[in-house]
Parts: sequence; structure tokens; C-alpha cells
Amino acid sequence: MEAGGESPGRVYFDYAGFAPVDPRVLAVMRPFFEAGIGNPSARHSLGAEARESLEAARIKVARLIGGAPGGVIFTSGATEANNLAIKGVALRTGERPRHVIAACVEHISVLNACRDLEKAGGAVTLLPVDGEGRVDPDVLHRALRPETAIVSIAAANEEIGTLQSLADLARVTRAARVPLHVDGVGALGRAPLAADALGIDLLSVSGNDIYGPPGTGALWVRKGVKLAPQILGGGQEFGFRSGTENLPGLVGLGVAADLIRSESAHGESARLAGLRDRLIQGLLEAIPDCRITGSLARRLPHHASMVLRGVKADSVLLDLDLQGIAASSGSACAALTQTPSHVLRAIGCTPAEADGSLCFTLGRWSTSTEVDLVLDRLPPIVARLRALSVPVTPASH
Amino acid sequence: MASVAKVVNVDKQIDCTALFCPMPIVKTREALRDLAPGQVLEMLSDDPASDADMQSWAQRSRNELIGVFRDGAVYRFLVRKTG
Repeated sequence: MEAGGESPGRVYFDYAGFAPVDPRVLAVMRPFFEAGIGNPSARHSLGAEARESLEAARIKVARLIGGAPGGVIFTSGATEANNLAIKGVALRTGERPRHVIAACVEHISVLNACRDLEKAGGAVTLLPVDGEGRVDPDVLHRALRPETAIVSIAAANEEIGTLQSLADLARVTRAARVPLHVDGVGALGRAPLAADALGIDLLSVSGNDIYGPPGTGALWVRKGVKLAPQILGGGQEFGFRSGTENLPGLVGLGVAADLIRSESAHGESARLAGLRDRLIQGLLEAIPDCRITGSLARRLPHHASMVLRGVKADSVLLDLDLQGIAASSGSACAALTQTPSHVLRAIGCTPAEADGSLCFTLGRWSTSTEVDLVLDRLPPIVARLRALSVPVTPASH
Repeated sequence: MASVAKVVNVDKQIDCTALFCPMPIVKTREALRDLAPGQVLEMLSDDPASDADMQSWAQRSRNELIGVFRDGAVYRFLVRKTG
């Protein structure tokens, strides 16, 4: 990759973990750090300029989302947006926490927001998924209760790449008049995701996921959905998210949204899907006992995930890193707790399989040369590690 | 289970109430590092997911979960360092 002049020969396939910020985004951000155009609430002319820049960014993000600009609430990232969506809707003014529904494979920021409501006296239903990680709309329909406040289902799973059938799920929530929250990380700009047209009511955006600055994001909220703010203060962001806006970051987020939207219209997803398919095909052919996790047909175009039997992901990642290849095991949380990831458990992986989970996420600067390098380096690493870890069996007589 | 609490000497206690996954397990792991094999850690948590998480973690880490008690919303885990 060549985004920011990284050392040649290094392969970066961990875009879901962190995406390099596009230099074009950085170039637009820079003056906002230096020229005093910083506080959109300031009454002087620089404040007016800041307000205009902030609103321009809001329109750009709304265009990417496919929703009205007035519904865009800027946040510090998708984690905050997920918390604001779930807790904001469930705890809206004057109401006790009621019932919330989420898929059991959701991001930890969704699951923990649900658990926080559970602690406050609310009820939580975590929906099961099929072997590819998809929620069945009928299962969602049966889980709905009269007191259900919100349903939260991500557009795509960041660990296994599976895309949900959002139109089918939204039909169920629309019919029941329950707001549907969608975490758009991974899918936004890479897979069709038009919030308003699909019947989505709240959508979380991560700035860094679309090559924008880390520490930026947004929650889009359909007009009419009631929300209780989770961060209180001076009433910025229509009162839903107080604190002086991170203007340089949000201007960058706006540029990033425009760039990925135009890139998407010019076939970037197809290019990434081509690289992804070659990576998946090549690894399946070269590595015995390698199984793709998630859906093959309906997955994120930049996402390849697999479980390798008989090896530990940590050892593989270490060896890959020594050869200049950055990848991930898919779940930072599981790495911290040293327990199998909740997503892999939910799709039926055994703990031993989950130990050998690898995740390659490609991006704007990924090339076929990089895919070739992984196809060249990974199979011998796996073969070597498997040979080292052959279990000792008693000699047969 | 209730009798276990009375006969076990707790060597160290940590309070993880108000924290969520992964923190109760991360803090449990850190706290166990300071204990000798055979010693017992008491961990308090009110994360609704912590019961299942601790069971799974204890099994994986080969530490012994010698008791799980619940007082209202708060779980009390007794873990013997064996891993």
C-alpha cells in the first residue's frame, strides 16, 4: 500500500482494524487546525465559516447514508453512535427502559449498551443467527413484543464479513412500527446501503472505516424518531450530542464520505471483491483444512475470514508480521479475554476452530501484488506451525 | 455452593461492578498474576454477561471457578489460581 509513504514490501490487510486516512482528506483538514476556523458556535465571522463547513460536512455524510441531512448527529465514532442509538431510544424522556432486540453477533458496543439497559431494569433479546451469521426475519418477527423499543442489527459483520438482508429485516420492523438501528461499519460505501429507502431508522457511521480521521463518526436518525441525549452540555448537534464539535475531524469525515461515494460509483467494490475472491480461492487451494467463515455469496467486498484447523491465530499472525504482512484474528475483544469470539461461537465454530481464526481486510491501496504475497507466504507458515504442533500419540503396537 | 463461601479463604478481592465485558475478565487475569497457585481471588461483577464469560474463561485458562454466588444484580466469583 502507498497511502502515506509506508515502507515498500509491507502488506497491510487490516483495514477493518484501522484504515489509513486518505491524504486528500488530510489536506482539507489541515487548515482547520491552524486558521482559527474552529468553533461553529462562535459569533464572529470565523465561527460563521466554521458553521458553514460543519453543515457542508453534514450534507456530504447524509448523501453517503441516503438520508436527510437534518438527521445527521456527529459523534466520536461508531461506538458512541451505537450507544446513542440504543440507549437514546430505549431511555427517551419519561420512559423506563423497556425491551431491546439485537443480533447475538453484534459489535461489543451494541451488546454492552444492551447489557447496560438490562442492568437498569430493561429486557434484552439476542437473536440467534444461521451458520453464515444471518438473522432470519421470521425469528426477528417472533421476538418483537408490544414494549420493544428498538431493534439493532448491523449491516455487515466485521468478523466474518456477512451482509444481512436489511430490506427483509426492515420490512418486519416497519410493519411493527419499531425503530430499526443499523450499525453501518464496513458496509457503508462498499455495499448498497441507502438508509431512507431501505426503511432504516437509525444508522451508525465510523469516520475511519471510510478512510476518514479516527475519532469521528455519526448517527443518522430518521425524522420523528425520539432520542434522549447521552452526553449533556451546551446543546451542540441539535442537543443530542453536546461538546464543541471536532470541526477538523468532521470536515475530514465529510470529504471521506464524498470520496468513498464517488469511488463506489466507479467500481471500487468490484475491484476489491475481485482481490478478495482471488485471496480466498488461493488460500482454499493451498491450505488443507481451511474453511471460510461467514457467507461466500453475500459478504463485504473487502473481507476474507477463515478458520484454520490445528494452528493458533496468534502464532500465524506473528509469523505473518515477521514477513511484513499485517492481518488480524477478527476480534480484539476475544484476544483480550482469551476466550473464543462470540461471533464465531454463534455460527457454530468449536473453540479449537475459533483459535485458528484469521481475518484479512483489504482497502483503497490494496493491490494484486499484495494478494500474491499473502498467497505465497501464508501456506508455508501454516504448514510449519502444524508440523510443530502435531499431538503426541502413544505408539501403536 | 453456599457452604463453599464459608470454608474458602479469599486471598484477594477485586470490584468490577459497573464494568462490562471484556474488563471483568481482563482485571481477573491481571489480579491472578499477583497470586500464587492455590490462592483464591474474589471478583464482583454486575455485567449480565459475566457469568457465562467467567465460566468459559475459567475453562479455557484452566483456572478453577470454585463458586458463583448472586446477590441481586451482583455476581460474586471465587477463582482458585491453578492455570
